[in-house]
Amino acid sequence: MAADGNSKTIIALGLEGSANKLGVGIIKHVYPAGIPADTELRPEMIELANVRDTYNPPPGEGFLPRDVAAHHRSTIITLLNQAFEEANITHKDLDCICYTKGPGMGAPLQAVALVARTLAQLWEIPLIGTNHCVGHVEMGRAITGADNPIVLYVSGGNTQVIAYSQQTYRIFGETLDIAIGNCLDRFARVLKLPNDPSPGYNIEQYAKRGSKYIELPYTVKGMDVSFSGILSFIERIAKNEPEKYTPEDLCYSLQETMFAMLVEITERAMAHIGSKEVMVVGGVGCNVRLQEMMGQMAKERDGKVFATDMRYCIDNGVMIAQAGALAFARGFSTPIEDSWVTQRFRTDQVHVEWRT
Amino acid sequence: MLIRQGAEARVFKTTVDGREVIAKQRFSKGYRHPDLDFKLTRGRLNQEARSLIRCRENGIAVPEVIRLDKDSSTLFIEFIQGPTLKEWIFANRDEQQEKQTMTRVGQILHCMHSHNIIHGDLTTSNMIMDAAGELVMIDFGLSQISSSAEDKAVDLYVLERAFVSTHPNSERLFAGVLEAYGCDDASQGVLRRLEDVRMRGRKRN
Repeated sequence: MAADGNSKTIIALGLEGSANKLGVGIIKHVYPAGIPADTELRPEMIELANVRDTYNPPPGEGFLPRDVAAHHRSTIITLLNQAFEEANITHKDLDCICYTKGPGMGAPLQAVALVARTLAQLWEIPLIGTNHCVGHVEMGRAITGADNPIVLYVSGGNTQVIAYSQQTYRIFGETLDIAIGNCLDRFARVLKLPNDPSPGYNIEQYAKRGSKYIELPYTVKGMDVSFSGILSFIERIAKNEPEKYTPEDLCYSLQETMFAMLVEITERAMAHIGSKEVMVVGGVGCNVRLQEMMGQMAKERDGKVFATDMRYCIDNGVMIAQAGALAFARGFSTPIEDSWVTQRFRTDQVHVEWRT
Repeated sequence: MLIRQGAEARVFKTTVDGREVIAKQRFSKGYRHPDLDFKLTRGRLNQEARSLIRCRENGIAVPEVIRLDKDSSTLFIEFIQGPTLKEWIFANRDEQQEKQTMTRVGQILHCMHSHNIIHGDLTTSNMIMDAAGELVMIDFGLSQISSSAEDKAVDLYVLERAFVSTHPNSERLFAGVLEAYGCDDASQGVLRRLEDVRMRGRKRN
């Protein structure tokens, strides 16, 4: 931690590999008047590096944990070197190493945690185990400047409506079964769409060319949603009646229906809490149609929507550095013997010490 | 007079034949496809009226349905004076009374489910403590009729989640609800199903 008068600086390395993206990021937090003891931490954030490499299986296939882990193992050193070069610093400038503790896929998480653990011992700096979902939320807040938004977190493995209260990111609504991104990915496999750059992106392009709305199951329970029924329904009609519906119309109808469900539960959470701000994070948050629908909902209730672009929506290393560096500033670190990973780590299990 | 602007309806207080009533007007949502929007708005308008009537026929305290106006998507129902259960819990200091109220919630849900009425949006904001001290259930827009243990378990799960997110450290409150709910074999079956539903979501411990 560098200090200049009262000013404090924290430089953090973030390693993320909970799914098929491997991300390495480096950020610098500056506290011009030192780290405040009892107010929320809002350091000036400077992104020094944000590099990423994605493992893509062939069309029609999903990614398997062991293949993803192998990808991460073989790529991480290259990415680390790239990140340090981009940041124009050396490891001696680092104050801490942040890695994803969970949630995510076991083997890829382990592969990255091993590297984080090794580097922390080699370079003799603290290790910070970070919650992936909290990383998304903190990065979104830092980038968009949203102060206390309702957060819709949508990705391949997660679908949650989150609101902050009492040092906890509380989950107001979530999926009762599969995540939205998982549903999109699996339907892309049925249609044999390419996995490059991502299955969801290709569904989005098909949907843009669709126009006929096909009625699909719509399942909202309170502030929760369910996607498994809609997936089996659309898989069935795509396989059994391929001549009746075009892939474009199927993608269009799938998006329209699922996104309407997400916007509905988000709006219900906003009404429930009385919030006017909404922020969309996670890989599916890149989808322009989802952002557009969310924007329209927000406009109808005099609110505002905040979204991030591909650099931050999609899993990345800076978001892990961002959340980790905030915890570090509050004195948190993970001893080596506790530096395990976990596939199950709920957003609301993190004590958000850096907020009030 | 507009008394509440919810996510999908405006709630007005007005008078019909000299009687104070609630007019709940559903509005369409510009963000969703017109076909889907019509299906949801019309479906929920009808379903809310249907479930309210079914509850009343089975002795469950709900507002009386006065009129349904499909042209304006408006449902006219009896006005119930009183705090929501959420407000009541925050204001209440008497543990004994709180326990009795949770027991009452459990009994009401048991009764609703035994008549196959699934509320679909159970929260502590959707129950009103009326002047006589009876809990009145409202907001049946997401309701459905179903005999499946799965649907009933999910109904309870939605309420459990609402308790956790709205009332910190409220585990014992919801435990009281479930205790009263599980008073026969069928509802014990639903409680066993609730265990499955809890474990099904992702990233759970």
